[in-house]
Amino acid sequence: MKRTLLVLVLCVALLATLSFAKTKIVYWQYYYETKIKTVDQVIEEFERLNPDIEVEHVNFPYENYNQKVAASVPAGIGPDVVNLFYGWIPKYVTSGYLQPLPEDEFSKAYFAENFFPFVGPGVNFEGKSYALPIAVRSLSLIWNKDLFKAAGLDPEKPPLTLNELVAYAKKLTVYDRAGNIVQAGLTMQPSGQGHQWIREVLIRQFGGVPYSSDNKMVMYDKTGAGADVLKFYTDLIVEDKISYPGFMNDDVTAFSSQKAAMTIDGSFRIGTLRNVKGLNFAFAELPSHNGVKSNFASFWANGITKNATGDRLVAAIKFVKFLSSEYVMDLWLKNVGELPANPALAANYYDDPTYGPFLKGLEYAHATFFVDETAQRQVIMDAVDKVINGYSPETAWKEMASEEQVVLDKFWK
Amino acid sequence: MTRSDRSVRILSYTILSVLIVVMIFPFLWMAFSSFKSTAEIYSQSYFPENPIIDNYQEIFNSSLFLRWLMNSAIIAIVTTISVLFFDSLVGFTLAKYQFPGKKIIFALIISTLMIPTEMLVIPWYIMSSRFGWLDSYWGIMFPGMMSAFGVFLMRQFMDSVPDDLLDAARIDGMSEFGIFVKITLPLVKPALATLAIFNFIGDWNAFLWPLIVSSTPKMYTLPVGLAYFSSENLMRWEMIMTGSTVSTIPLIIVFLIFQKHIVKGIALTGLKG
Amino acid sequence: MKLRQKKTMTAYLFLIVPLIFFIFVRFFPTIYAFWLSFTDWNIISPKMNFVGFDNFRALFADSVFMKSLWNTFKYVLYGVPLVLVLSFAISLLLNNIRKGQAFYRLIYVMPYITPLVAVSWVWRWMYQRPPVGVINNLFSFVGIPTQRFLFSMDQALIAIVVTTVWVNLGYCIVIFLAGLQTIPKEYLEASKIDGANRWQVLTKITVPLLNPVILFLVVTQSILFLRIFTQVYNMTDQGSGGPLNSTKPLVLYIYQKAFLSFEMGSASSATVVLFGIILLITLLQFRLLKRRVQY
Repeated sequence: MKRTLLVLVLCVALLATLSFAKTKIVYWQYYYETKIKTVDQVIEEFERLNPDIEVEHVNFPYENYNQKVAASVPAGIGPDVVNLFYGWIPKYVTSGYLQPLPEDEFSKAYFAENFFPFVGPGVNFEGKSYALPIAVRSLSLIWNKDLFKAAGLDPEKPPLTLNELVAYAKKLTVYDRAGNIVQAGLTMQPSGQGHQWIREVLIRQFGGVPYSSDNKMVMYDKTGAGADVLKFYTDLIVEDKISYPGFMNDDVTAFSSQKAAMTIDGSFRIGTLRNVKGLNFAFAELPSHNGVKSNFASFWANGITKNATGDRLVAAIKFVKFLSSEYVMDLWLKNVGELPANPALAANYYDDPTYGPFLKGLEYAHATFFVDETAQRQVIMDAVDKVINGYSPETAWKEMASEEQVVLDKFWK
Repeated sequence: MTRSDRSVRILSYTILSVLIVVMIFPFLWMAFSSFKSTAEIYSQSYFPENPIIDNYQEIFNSSLFLRWLMNSAIIAIVTTISVLFFDSLVGFTLAKYQFPGKKIIFALIISTLMIPTEMLVIPWYIMSSRFGWLDSYWGIMFPGMMSAFGVFLMRQFMDSVPDDLLDAARIDGMSEFGIFVKITLPLVKPALATLAIFNFIGDWNAFLWPLIVSSTPKMYTLPVGLAYFSSENLMRWEMIMTGSTVSTIPLIIVFLIFQKHIVKGIALTGLKG
Repeated sequence: MKLRQKKTMTAYLFLIVPLIFFIFVRFFPTIYAFWLSFTDWNIISPKMNFVGFDNFRALFADSVFMKSLWNTFKYVLYGVPLVLVLSFAISLLLNNIRKGQAFYRLIYVMPYITPLVAVSWVWRWMYQRPPVGVINNLFSFVGIPTQRFLFSMDQALIAIVVTTVWVNLGYCIVIFLAGLQTIPKEYLEASKIDGANRWQVLTKITVPLLNPVILFLVVTQSILFLRIFTQVYNMTDQGSGGPLNSTKPLVLYIYQKAFLSFEMGSASSATVVLFGIILLITLLQFRLLKRRVQY
């Protein structure tokens, strides 16, 4: 009798484990080699800690990432957890892709304890939080030491001010006999990080403010030196001819193939550049101007889509939390080279020659409230294109302001 | 042969030969670039100074690239077989049977030739998302399973098959489907070959629809995969050129084997369309 | 009687699957596209409102749409004459020679069968500026100043046209050659005996006899250029049709509206406009062909 009971209990237990299928959630992020490898490692660890959850990791190229998210979430086939640029949050929320993070688990105190102060407002939309970052980013000036040496500059001394930057860039530019640039002094790629540099750094250094405090109005045409910002940027292309957008196709190609001596790029590029053989480079804080220092901070964050319900929602919350744990942040810094979003952890790296300049930049950085990052980037790319094609900087600047205002109005209406 | 004829001929040869350099050059440039190292491709070089095959090794070691190659092959082969079968069946039926509604059906099928694909991709996309066909082989293939042009072409050719032959087979007790497969198809082989080659090339090179319907890299076809190479973080021109070369080679082989059919096929579409 | 019925049944049986296909994959989607063009539907929202001609009105008020419409016409206006004149000239030359004709023709046709995506990337690479752009390197070799090609608002569209002409040339040559070979030799001999020079033979005999072929090529090439997409998507920065929308054709506009912004309604309206233009050109062809036959 006892034996029969035991067998019965065992059978029930077996059935229970068999029927207790793993909860499977899908995680999407865009294609970036070091990130993919790190996330694979993180998922392994997460699945070890949560044996009842299985995470499928899917990647897309950056260009059509948004398109794929937009196409799949409404169709119900997309991810449960999605990695998105914080600037996309408003669009993702109003499009109905994201669900808010439950307030009991992700309280104000939780944010204050775990993240830099600008993270909370950055993931907030109309009073609710939608995502958690793993790492934050800022910009720095990256210079090629070998090319500095070749141009007779001290390879250990980066330019500290905009004036120095221009002077150095001129010295570092090399032309062929026909006057073509064969080595750029400084990359000029508004479609890369150039537009961020213009928006959050140059505008402020020329005394302006990019947007009104409620983010509903373009202010750079009404404050500071206005079109002089664009004139400064485009003069480097048109007058000083230190580079042009599309030199060597793009700025990353140009700098990593040692055809550009300086570039302004984000901390997310550290890993990629380190993998380039024979590239001898270093990082510096962005040059100041008129005594003003500024930087642009941004981050990618993990949000939960409306696809996740029931068990999958519970698993998704666990996963999102795990992705922002100190364990992952530390791994992220070591593998991807992105800065921890947790200030306590970040403090350990303030004197690091690589991360130091980026982390110092975070102290005075601004995060743009994008309503449509693609459109807002396009506006600046177009403005630069216009000046290159013969418009006056004043006209291009004015048109840029009114075009961007249209983008803002479209969102806020 | 007059002297002026001779000089015209010599002049023709000269001009044609010069132009041919222009035609071939991009192919050569693509091939040259694929043998260059990362350092060399970013410098001013024409011939690869130290030709390397590393790029080819890398591309064939990348599981994604092989997957794209396989996807393209599967999709092109399956849709081509489907087009051959259904288009010749419809062509046969419309040419060799009398039945009410025949003219309307033919007109209906032919009129779809006027509809540009670009107009259909949005409804196809919505359809695919409703039926769960996004990001699947079937999703990529279904719009191309039959072609109105193929129906038109096959009907023309089936028309020339003598009725007596079919009737003789009927008297021998052959089924209607047997007549189609065993009697008619062998007689229109040249047309089938032309249709097959054109469909294969068309499917192999298709871009817009596969770009829209596939979302994960493992479902990409070769052209979509090539465009994906360009993704900012993977921008490596020597690999783009290698990928382009590899995706072109199968077509050059097909082309060299079936060149007569292809040239004939183009002329056919031109003169009969 | 029985046999006849059986044959009719067989015919319907054979046609059933293809008919379902053509109705559901061609006809129904066409009607659906028309219907969508009168709605404000975007793929996210659950509701689809009928908005009449609002989409069309908004399109024609949208400067980017007008720009891409105009660009599309520019592709046709530059591309079609260029490809026709070149291919006609080359096929005349080819018609003069006998040895090696097949070989030459083969080379000209090769780009036509090459994947357009590969072609676009190769040309994009060739169009770069020094030190990596081979065309500019060759230019500087013979003393021509560096051109910005794909980054120039004036040149980018033409650069794409040139690539497309390179691709389509072979197709047109084959058709012209086939047409030329249908012209009876006696006509040409006779006119020579009458003392006509080469130019007269060309304009008075060859071109008029080739008229149907030319007309066919004008229409098919126009439609091809009207539908241009792959080249522009792959040759411009971030597939944007830049710089400053100067290369953006209608189909890229439609693609961006439908699959980046997911405004399915207004994207469908743009496809209806494209359909209208293509229909117009096709009907024009039938009209012209008919008139020719009546003469």
